[in-house]
Amino acid sequence: MIEAIFKYEFLQNAFLTGAIIGIIAPLLGVYIVVRRLSLIADALSHVTLAGIAASLLLEKRLLFTTGLNPIYLGMTFSVIGSLFIEKLRTVYKHYQELAIPIILSSGIGLGVIFISLADGFNTDLYSYLFGSVSAVSRTDLVIIIIISVIVVAFITLLYKELFLLSFDEEHAKASGIAVKSLHFFFIVLVALVIAASMRIVGILLVSSLMTLPVAASIRIAKGFKQTILLSMVFGEVSVLGGLTISYYLDLAPGGTIVVIAVLILILVILLKKMYQWKHEVRE
Amino acid sequence: MENIINVNKLTYKYEKENVLEDIHFSVPRGAFLGLVGPNGSGKSTLLKIILGLLKLQKGEVELFGTAIEQFKDWHRIGFVSQKANSFNSGFPATVYEVVSSGLTKKVGLFKRHKEEDKEKIRAAIDSVGLTEKIGSNIGELSGGQQQRVFIARALVSDPDLLILDEPTVGVDAKNVQSFYEMLTELNQDRGITLILVTHDIGTITDKVTHVACLNKHMHFHGDTEEFEKQNMSDLYGHDVQVLMHEHDQHHHHHHVHHHGGENR
Ligand SMILES: Nc1ncnc2c1ncn2[C@@H]1O[C@H](COP(=O)(O)OP(=O)(O)O)[C@@H](O)[C@H]1O
Ligand SMILES: [Mg+2]
Repeated sequence: MIEAIFKYEFLQNAFLTGAIIGIIAPLLGVYIVVRRLSLIADALSHVTLAGIAASLLLEKRLLFTTGLNPIYLGMTFSVIGSLFIEKLRTVYKHYQELAIPIILSSGIGLGVIFISLADGFNTDLYSYLFGSVSAVSRTDLVIIIIISVIVVAFITLLYKELFLLSFDEEHAKASGIAVKSLHFFFIVLVALVIAASMRIVGILLVSSLMTLPVAASIRIAKGFKQTILLSMVFGEVSVLGGLTISYYLDLAPGGTIVVIAVLILILVILLKKMYQWKHEVRE
Repeated sequence: MENIINVNKLTYKYEKENVLEDIHFSVPRGAFLGLVGPNGSGKSTLLKIILGLLKLQKGEVELFGTAIEQFKDWHRIGFVSQKANSFNSGFPATVYEVVSSGLTKKVGLFKRHKEEDKEKIRAAIDSVGLTEKIGSNIGELSGGQQQRVFIARALVSDPDLLILDEPTVGVDAKNVQSFYEMLTELNQDRGITLILVTHDIGTITDKVTHVACLNKHMHFHGDTEEFEKQNMSDLYGHDVQVLMHEHDQHHHHHHVHHHGGENR
């Protein structure tokens, strides 16, 4: 395995990209989960799909776009989708969650139209849906490095503010924090990370990589920092383990990664149950 | 001495109807003010305006002698919101982390907590008697302990004014007493001006130095002795019978310190 990684550039790309995604997706995921925005990640990933489908369609129908990395249009759609969600949340003040199905179905609707216009599925699209070990290019890797630098800088520099926004939005407002802009930047970053993660986990499973490791760590962590750290550890184990299995068994990595994340979650829940049970017996 | 809050001719509405109408009131430094009124009388709304959470529509508000539009020293005001007892109790944060979030604005953008900040955080936790729980997740604490955590968060930035919106809802009766003792201590020993909001007059008249009765209009505003001479039902409308149920025998030999009044 290690040998193969040194030998093949595509494997280097896949594992480096995966290693980064395995950290930043759960990192943003912690904020998404505690702020109860998990469905936004789902909606945005489907909008990203529409962007990817549009890019593939352009490539097929209009020769001059050959070689355009679909990640760009995917990111563009995702960010536009996030702006629409925010707009809709203010339009439907009393039904804020409505924004999510509206955007999600628009994403799927557009995606399906673009896919049929491009004469249906092809292997490229398949790899965007479920991830791929071989499709990650150097450009993808570079884009992901840039995005992750922005994400990590954002979260380290604004850690206090983001914590307060997540824990108690009203109190954040009362202490004079620019809640709206902070939330806005956050959602745009989520949109970017989703678009960046799709090469590895695939569009359909991106949101699971953001939420499953957090679901596991929230069961056992003490405090917010520990929740973040454990989520990143679980995410990283899932991605690296999933990629390795996917490489040897020739399976789509989205599936193997998410299944490992689910197994970790089940294990954590069981261990916690056993621990509690033991304590009760003793007392 | 000077007033920490001055409100003048304040009127506010969310939709069509006025929720607050022509409110005048002031809070002298050092006071322990009980702001009472039935549910829906506009208490939380008035507080939110004072805290800058709702925009001033009509009238004037002055904080520490500065018009609210120009006011910048928000860390001088600590706030425990009514919602504090309905927060997401599954939130993975320790007592320490929650209390440290009270310093967010004071520490400043892009900066981390310094050693002296950490000391302040520990002292605030100690002052509400939760040092043992400093590393516990907030969800593992009882309702009363959680309320103390929020007070510690409000105290950590060394506020001159502490505002509490119905803080004893969800705290069981036997802890309410020690809760009030803690507030009295903050008021008398640390000289923090307090505003305590409640819909239950009876429980607080023997603890506060000033009373304000709100029901869209300000029906009474003055110090506690004056208040007790008044006929309550004149001030407070039909809800009085229900609200007075905890007016018990303690009442005749209470010790109210009127130092807020002397200061004026
Ligand atoms: N965000 C809001 N939008 C519209 N009406 C509101 C809002 N918040 C409160 N109200 C109304 O304003 C009135 C005063 O509410 P509030 O200030 O919460 O009262 P209190 O805190 O005394 O119980 C109530 O009639 C309430 O229904
Ligand atoms: Mg209220």
